[in-house]
Formats: sequence, C-alpha cells, structure tokens
Amino acid sequence: MAEIFLACGLCVVLVVDLFVSDRNRDLTFSLALIVLIGTAWISWTTGHAGQVLTFGGSFVSDPLAQLLKIFSIAAVFVSFLYSRDYLKQRNIFKGEYYVLGLFALLGIMVMISAYSMMTMYLGLEMMSLALYAMIAFDRESPVSGEAAMKYFILGAIASGTLLYGISFIYGVTGSLQIGEISAALTAGAMNETSLLIGLAFVLVGIAFKFGAVPFHMWLPDVYHGAPTSVTLFVGTAPKLAAIALAVRILVEALGSVGHLWEPMLLVLAVLSLAVGNIVAIAQTNIKRMLAYSTIGHVGFILLGFVAGSHAGVEAALFYTIVYILMAAGAFGMVILMSSNGHDADRLDDFRGLGRRSPWFAAMMLLLMVSMIGVPPLAGFYAKWWVLTALVNSGHVWPAVVAVLFSVIGAFYYLRVIRLMYFDDAEGEAGAPVAGGWLMRTVLSANALGVLALGILPGGLLEMCARALSG
Amino acid sequence: MLKHHLIDGGPVFNGSVYTWMVVDGIHMEIGFLVDRLTVLMMTVVTFVSFMVHIYTVGYMHDDPGYQRFFSYISLFTFSMLVLVMSNNFLQLFFGWEAVGVVSYLLIGFWYTKPTAIVANLKAFLVNRVGDFGFLLGIATLLYFTGTLDYIDVFARAETMQGETITIFGGHAWSALTVACILLFVGAMGKSAQVPLHVWLPDSMEGPTPISALIHAATMVTAGVFMVARMSPLFEFSETALSFVLVIGAITALFTGFLGVVQNDIKRVVAYSTLSQLGYMTVALGASAYAAGIFHLMTHAFFKALLFLAAGSVIIALHHEQDIRRMGGLKKYLPITYWTSLIGSLALIGFPGFAGFFSKDALIEAVGLSSIPGSGFAYFSVVAGVFVTALYTFRMFFLVFHGSERIDEDVRGHLREPPWVVWAPLVLLAIPSLLIGWPTIGPVLFGDYFGSAIFVLESHNGLAEMGHEFHGPLSFLLHGLKSPVLYLALSGIAVAWYAYLYKPSVAENIRRRFGVIYTLLDRKYYMDELYQTVLAPGAARLGGLLWRVGDVAIIDGAAVNGSARLVGWFSGVLRQIQTGYLYTYAFAMIIGLVVLVAWLTLGVNN
Repeated sequence: MAEIFLACGLCVVLVVDLFVSDRNRDLTFSLALIVLIGTAWISWTTGHAGQVLTFGGSFVSDPLAQLLKIFSIAAVFVSFLYSRDYLKQRNIFKGEYYVLGLFALLGIMVMISAYSMMTMYLGLEMMSLALYAMIAFDRESPVSGEAAMKYFILGAIASGTLLYGISFIYGVTGSLQIGEISAALTAGAMNETSLLIGLAFVLVGIAFKFGAVPFHMWLPDVYHGAPTSVTLFVGTAPKLAAIALAVRILVEALGSVGHLWEPMLLVLAVLSLAVGNIVAIAQTNIKRMLAYSTIGHVGFILLGFVAGSHAGVEAALFYTIVYILMAAGAFGMVILMSSNGHDADRLDDFRGLGRRSPWFAAMMLLLMVSMIGVPPLAGFYAKWWVLTALVNSGHVWPAVVAVLFSVIGAFYYLRVIRLMYFDDAEGEAGAPVAGGWLMRTVLSANALGVLALGILPGGLLEMCARALSG
Repeated sequence: MLKHHLIDGGPVFNGSVYTWMVVDGIHMEIGFLVDRLTVLMMTVVTFVSFMVHIYTVGYMHDDPGYQRFFSYISLFTFSMLVLVMSNNFLQLFFGWEAVGVVSYLLIGFWYTKPTAIVANLKAFLVNRVGDFGFLLGIATLLYFTGTLDYIDVFARAETMQGETITIFGGHAWSALTVACILLFVGAMGKSAQVPLHVWLPDSMEGPTPISALIHAATMVTAGVFMVARMSPLFEFSETALSFVLVIGAITALFTGFLGVVQNDIKRVVAYSTLSQLGYMTVALGASAYAAGIFHLMTHAFFKALLFLAAGSVIIALHHEQDIRRMGGLKKYLPITYWTSLIGSLALIGFPGFAGFFSKDALIEAVGLSSIPGSGFAYFSVVAGVFVTALYTFRMFFLVFHGSERIDEDVRGHLREPPWVVWAPLVLLAIPSLLIGWPTIGPVLFGDYFGSAIFVLESHNGLAEMGHEFHGPLSFLLHGLKSPVLYLALSGIAVAWYAYLYKPSVAENIRRRFGVIYTLLDRKYYMDELYQTVLAPGAARLGGLLWRVGDVAIIDGAAVNGSARLVGWFSGVLRQIQTGYLYTYAFAMIIGLVVLVAWLTLGVNN
C-alpha cells in the first residue's frame, strides 16, 4: 500500500539526512522526490475499481481515494520543486523541510483513505502537526512564528470541535465507521437534537480546514506569515484532504440527512464568497490577497456540496483540483519573483513585469484570468459546472450571488494584470526575474496546464465522475 | 485526400472528433465532414496557398515582418481548412471568424501605413455587419431545429419550410427563407456582394500575395462555398434564391463598370474579383451550385495568377501601382507577360481557357433558370462579359503594351524578378489554361459532387444542359456559336482601340461623359453614403446611449457607485482581521454558537 511505502521512504530520508552535510542537501531533496514518485506509482497501480475495506473497516481504497492521492502527491511534488531555490537563498534548505512535507502528505493520504472517523482524525492531526512545524520553519522570522502559533491554537480549537462533534455522532449512531453511520441514519429513529449538535460541530471542523467564513481568520495570517514555499504547500495539497474529509463525512456518512447540513453550508459558502472577494480588494500584499481569494474559491467549492446532487460534488471535486493547480502557479509566481533575495510579496512588486519578463507576465496573466473564470481557461469550467449543478438542483439564488461576487472578485485579479502591464516598475526593481531553469520550466508548465485543461476539460471531469461513481 | 475520394471513390467521412461542450442539450462539437465538395475546396486552398508561400519567399524578402507574415498565412490556411471541413455550424462560424481575423491582420500588415489601418478597420467593420446576419441565421436554424449539425439541420429543411416566424409588425415569414437570407447576408459580407462590397477594393492595401490568396482565391469564396454547402436549405426557399440571384447580378455587372475607370493595377483586379464573385453568386441563385463552385475553382487559379503577376510587375517597378505610369513592359518582363496573358484570357472566358468552360456553363445555366429575377440576371451576366473583357484588356494593354511611361531611374534596372516569384506564376498558368478540359464533365454534369450538393428537380438547369453535353470539345464548338464569345472579343477590340490604337478616344469619352465617369470614379458614392449617412447616424445613436446609459446609469450608479460601496465595505471588513488571536477564536465560537442555535431552534420550530 502506498502509505506504507511512503512511511518507510520517509524514514529512509530522515536517516539519510542525518548523515548528510549541509552542502549535500540536494541528496535529501532528490531522495524525497524519488519517494514521491514511488508512492505515486504504487497508488496508480494498486487502484481498485470498486470499494475495498481493510484494517477492520477503517481504511478504504476506492477510485476517489486513488484520484485524490495522485493529485496530492503531484501537488507536493510540484511544491517541492518550487521550494528548492527559495529555501536555498534563505539558508533554510534543510532536510527537515522535506521530511515534514512527506509527513504532511502521509497525513493527507491517511485522511483521504480513512473510512472511520477515528482514522480520519488521526490523519488530520498528522497533517496539521507537520504543517505547524513547516510554517514556523524559518526560525529567524517573527512573522512565521506568529503565524504558526495562531494556526496551532486555532487548529487545536477546530480539532477539538471536530472531535466533540464526532463523539455526538457516535452517541447517536453507535459507530465510527462511515458505512455504518450511513446505514444507521437511513434506518432512522434517533435523537435528532444530539445529531444536529454533532453535525454543527463536525461542520465547523470541516469549515475550518477549508477556511470558510467565519472560520477563516487563520488563513490570511498563515498565508502571509509562512515562507512562500510553505504557503504554496499549505494552499494546495491540504485542500484535497479537506475535500476528502467533506466527501467522506458529509456525503458518504451523513448524506441521508443532507437537508440538515445543506442550509448551514449554504450560509458558510455565501459568507465566504462575500468576505473573500470583498476583503481581497483592500489588500496590498499578494499573499494575503491570494489568501482571501482562496476563501472566495472555497465558497464556490462548498456551493458544489450545497447543490446536494451527484453532479454538484463532482463539480466541487473538479473545482478543487483546478483551484490547486491555479494556486500552485500563483504562489509559484510569487516564489519566482522573490528569487532575487528579497520577498517580493507586495502587489507593487508586480509593477511593470510585462516589460521586464514578458513570458512570465503572460503566465501570470493566464493564472489570474483563469481565477476570474474566463473561458477558455480551466477556471471557467470549474465555475461553470458548479453553477450548472446549483441551477439544476433548484438553487438559483445562490448561483446568482456566486456570479455577482465573482464579478467583484475579478477586480483584484485584474488589478494584478494592470500593474504588470500598464504601470512602470519603481526604483531599482526594474530587473527581469531571475530563477533557475527548473523553476521556470515548472511554472510555465503549470500555467500552460491551466490553459490546456481549459481547452480540454473533458478528461479530468470524466475522472472526477468516475471517482465518485464508486 | 483528393486521390482517396476521386480515384478510390472513398466514402464520405462525417464524424465528430471531440465534444467541446453540451449546453442545454445542444452539442457543440468539433467534427469534420469531408465529401467531394470539401475535397475540391481543400485542393484549391492548399494548392493556391502553396503557390503563395513560394511566391512570398521572393516578394516579402526584404520585409522586416517576414516571419510574422508566414505565421499569419499559415494561420489563414488552417482556418480556411477548418471552415471547409467543418460538419457543424459552430465550427463553420469559428473558421469564418478566424479567416476574418487573419484577413484583418494581413490587410493591416504594414501597420505604419495609415491607409492600411483604415482599410483593415473598414474590412473588419463591414464584415461585422455580414457576420451579424450570419450569426442570426445560425441562431434561427438552431431555434427551429435544435441542432447545429449539418446533416440534422438539412433533414429538417423541408418541414421548416412550412413554419413561420413573425418579425416587424405581424408579417409572417417562412422560417427557412429568413434563415437562408440571413445566412446569405453573412456570405455577402465575406464574399463582398453589393452593398457590402466596399471593403474589398480597400483591402488591396495589404501585401500582394495576400490579395491573391485571401482576397481573390480563397477567403472571399467562403461565402459561395457556404451557400453551396447549404444547398439543401436554399433549395426549399425560392425567395431566398431569388434574393441571392439579384444581389449577385447587381454585383457582377456594376462592380465590373468600376473596374474600367480604376488606375491602380491591384484595384482593377480587385473589382474584377468582385464582379466574378457576383457571377458565382448568380450561379448559386440559379440553383446551378456546381457551376458556381466550378467557376470558383477556375477563378481561384486564374485570379491568383493575375494578382501574383500584378505583384511581379509591382516589384519590378519598385512598388509602383499606377497603370498610367507603366506601359511597354512586355520586353522587360516576358514571363510575367505571357502568364498574365493566359490569366487575362482565362478571365474573360476565351474559348479553351479554364474561365471559358466555367463562365459559359454558368451563363447558360442562368439562361435556363426560371427563378424570379433570372431575366435580369441573365442580362447582367451577358453584359458583364463585355465589361470584363474591356477592363481586363485595358489594364493588360496599358501595362504591357504602348508607350513606356516609366520613370527613368527605374527603367535602368528593370528585369524579371527571381525564380521564386515567377515559378508560381508558371505553375498557376498551367491550371488556368488546362483545368477546364478534364474537369468540366464530371464536376458540372457528372456525379462528382454526389450527395454533397442537393438540387430540386424543378430547378435543375444544369441537368438539362447535361443532356446536350458531349465532351469538352463539343462544348467548345458550341461556345463558338454563342453571342457571349463575340461580346468578349468586342470588349478586347474596344480596349485595344481606345487605349492602345488611339488613346485620345478614351480621353474624349471621359470628357464627354463626365458625369458617368465621376460617378464610377467615386464608386457610386457608396463610401460617401456610408460615411456621411450611416456612420454619423450610428455614432449619434451611440453617443446618446453612451451619455444616458453608460455615463449616467452604468458608470455613475452601477459601476462607480458599487465599486465605492464595495471598497468601503472592504475597508470595514478588513478591520475585523485584527491580528489578535482572541478575536479569531471569538469569531469562530460565535460562528459555532450561531450555527448550533440556528439548527436546533430552526428544526424544533
């Protein structure tokens, strides 16, 4: 099983790293990449068409798990590639970074495959602990420390809430296993108030992981405070874990009481759309701006669940995958811009990029326009399918609201484009962006991937549909 | 591909490659329909495009935009192939617009020249009018048939004839007629039919190879191709056919007159293109689609030849385009001379040349047609023959014969351009001379097109002619007896007399008929009409809407107002993000409490 291989490989990386001097950290880096490739290969080959349960019914292997795992591994892989130059320049190119990254991935994969509330919580904690450490990775920086602290405390509250909610659900249904919970709920006749309280608490936990309003407060601070490469990491793969959490708990376990959680989720989604898109306008730091934009996108993802239909969940899954592709590109761009030594994370650092580095400005343009949701880029289809699912299930008003806030959201994405193309660079920042060939290639591939996926979205959508049909 | 369909008799390929998206039950697909009609167009497009590519190597040799030029023409060839190979309206529209864009880019290729910019803008705007009609036509078809696929739409054509649509105050129109006329409005824009023809002469601001490829041989014939492709629709609407016929006839005759007074070598050829496009359109209107397409094919060869020859003259004279300052070039440019002669003879329909077969067949088919307006059309096309011969040979004589009116310093190094320029001329001259012989039988009277073109029995003039057809030679002999030939010959004679033998005659005529000359020289004041009446009217309307709708309501209230509101709100919400941990935790807890309270209370009620 892929997780076992990953855990073993992780230990090897840890041990090897002990004996490697700081000059040869590239060895750790390469080794981590090899472990990732191996894990991906195993996940790919051991996939099952149907549902297979192991470890006493607490662990599942199905097409959904396979799809999400492969994309999380890919996201981690890409974020490792992006991070190398960035970390080197800041003298924090340490083996621990990759070990922690792999630990987080292990947690993510456990979450994805979890088929019992307990396993899920285990994976969640494993992922979160690794992430806290990663955020505080730059020990010299007070901002990083502050961000890690905030995330840790709020994360602890959220975990507590989730656990509390799980205990209520256990009390009502008498089981922690997803399939049994679902069966018990369909059978009916239980204490509804307890179920509702449990449901609310669980929902808060999930909303926190996604960063939905009003449980979003950690997100801008963490995105801003963490080293950019860590922000990239936090902004991508864990989102897949969050969607796994949502699909497993909300759809698979609590699907039969959808009429109870859908209105709650709708409120959270609309609030997220509103707050994310509006507050992003007032930001001057691109990392914070992207953090708020994440909140806005999360609103869209949640709307997919609100639709309550199969197509809605499918659209949410598609949206998440497209979103992490775009987010990886956008944060990668920030990393690339920062290659000159200082952190170029203010919006003003993008001034005149169109003249300095036309190619990368064009890549950023693609990413921003895709986030707005303009065809023929991937972001358009992601939004389109969510809206279609919403309208088809009779939720016309949420769809209208979502479109309105997307229009508002277009403003700050377009502002980045305006800064790049219509404003001149200030002062000495007029140099073209530097950055290694690896960085440049990966970034270009990433942005062009958004375009390619926009032109040929059918394949991925079909994969999402297949993943959820099992 | 040609071999596959012609020699091996391959079946028609019709299939969708990829479904782009499905909206409301409408499949938007990328698919290809390759039948005999498509193959013919593909052959013409790729052959002429190939010739133009070769020619460009020499023609654009010193131009700074050399690479840009090649990328544009490659894009053009691609778009044109998409257009002709499409199996649905969406893709057709894509190709249609794509060739339009490339045409726009290429007309304004020398973007530092103000006239080129004006010309490309004009081409683009006039084409928008046509495209608007085209899009409405597609929408009408979609509305009534619910599909974009050719085959499905065609299958519904007959039933659609009966359905009606109400526009403008209660008149009920046949839906099919409306759709066909709207589609044809699109064709009028692209194939430059009166009154949307004004852009084509100005498009000559672009480089000459482009004039040959896009504005003579291929893109402008897209409209003709489209109508032929839609023959199963047009057949069921006599009104639409009649409309097509009359528009084509007007174009064929009246733009021909304009060619007689032009002095720019490329513009003369451009007006001749307009007139020939009119001929093709007349053929379509008379249900002689095969004749239209046949003329399209021969025209593509000889008109590309004439344009490239004109280009060759232009390079030799260092970008001099005024035919009054040429003359006597025969001895300097022998290859260009002979190839132009072949092209000109083909254009006027001299017996034995490619143009003869197509044009003669076309005229006869129109003569046999019974669609309303065919009498006028027949008169126009016959009279057009005389006009064609007149302007063609006026240009020919002024350029290659007569006294030398060239600048002294140019004459010194006047010589034939390099082989990359003249080789395409020779290669195009061969089909201009010979293509009619082997193809007339199968294309016009045989079953070359198979099911690609559909003609109702009652409209089928060509089939009637087919009974009397006994091979190209007898067709040739038959042509010798018709008045058409003698009209052409008299056109040559008049041109020779007035411009070569006794140039004072032309001068006299011009003075005596000053009014008509000015009318022609000003192109029937079409441009002025558009400039002074239509454009300012539209501009005033636009200005009004801009002041009231845009500035006051949209900008003032909606855009700026809402933006200010959002900006203010954003600032307020930003304050909530204090940075203090307890605020965050507090927000979470409030959120949780509200959720729990709402759920429990809400359900209990």
